Amino acid sequence: MWLNQFLLLGAVLFCIGVYGVLARRNGVMVLMSIELILNAVNINFIAFGAYHGTPIGQVFALFVIAVAAAEVGVGLAIVLLIYRNRSSIDLESVDLLKG
Amino acid sequence: MVAQNIFFAIIALAMVASAVRVVTTKNILHAALYLVVVLAGVAAQFIITGAEFTGVTQVLVYIGAVIVLFLFGIMLTRARIGREEHVDGERRWIAGVVALILFAVMTYALVDAFDTEALDAQAVLEPQSTQMVSDAIFHDYLIPFEAVSFLLLAALIGAIVVARRE
Repeated sequence: MWLNQFLLLGAVLFCIGVYGVLARRNGVMVLMSIELILNAVNINFIAFGAYHGTPIGQVFALFVIAVAAAEVGVGLAIVLLIYRNRSSIDLESVDLLKG
Repeated sequence: MVAQNIFFAIIALAMVASAVRVVTTKNILHAALYLVVVLAGVAAQFIITGAEFTGVTQVLVYIGAVIVLFLFGIMLTRARIGREEHVDGERRWIAGVVALILFAVMTYALVDAFDTEALDAQAVLEPQSTQMVSDAIFHDYLIPFEAVSFLLLAALIGAIVVARRE
């Protein structure tokens, strides 16, 4: 197995996730796209860990999984708060700071 | 190794197809369910590379917990169950161009740097990698591990405080 087949799979998932973050206007769907990006990062960690023959890649992937769990919890709480205040999770209408 | 490459290709195709559906489908519930396929594929890739503990954790944390959180988020924001117009912004062509340029740059850099370097076959077939992972976490990375547990506690309390009704 090549290293590059995993890295390219990670790159494809990362770019799909970036497209989702930029193109979606529903807050929950943006969070889902961020999960795609974080999973692409995890694939890279695991692939490099197997490439160098160390368990360190897995350790960092586990840390990323834990941080992603924290991120989605706080992110969904913020989306719920936006929904409660504005009765909509359309992110293009959240422009209070726009000059 | 040939069998692993065949499984890699099948799973990778399913993952990419589902990931595209996650960011293009107009039904928010379908997006969450396609995300399950992508996350399960990631777990399968972990197991193919010999990272079985991370693969199991992926299933537990992502498919078990994060997807349920997403479904609760969808339910609590009272999204329509079904097709919904207005889930995509007007500037999605620019987003597509950005993603394509990013992919071209990354592909060029990766192919240039790691042309056909192979994975460490010994590490892929290592049967006791879970033991090595636990040794690394609780010996070399103990302080980051404690920091992550503190972060989870802080995120838990923060999420409750933010989402609580006054």
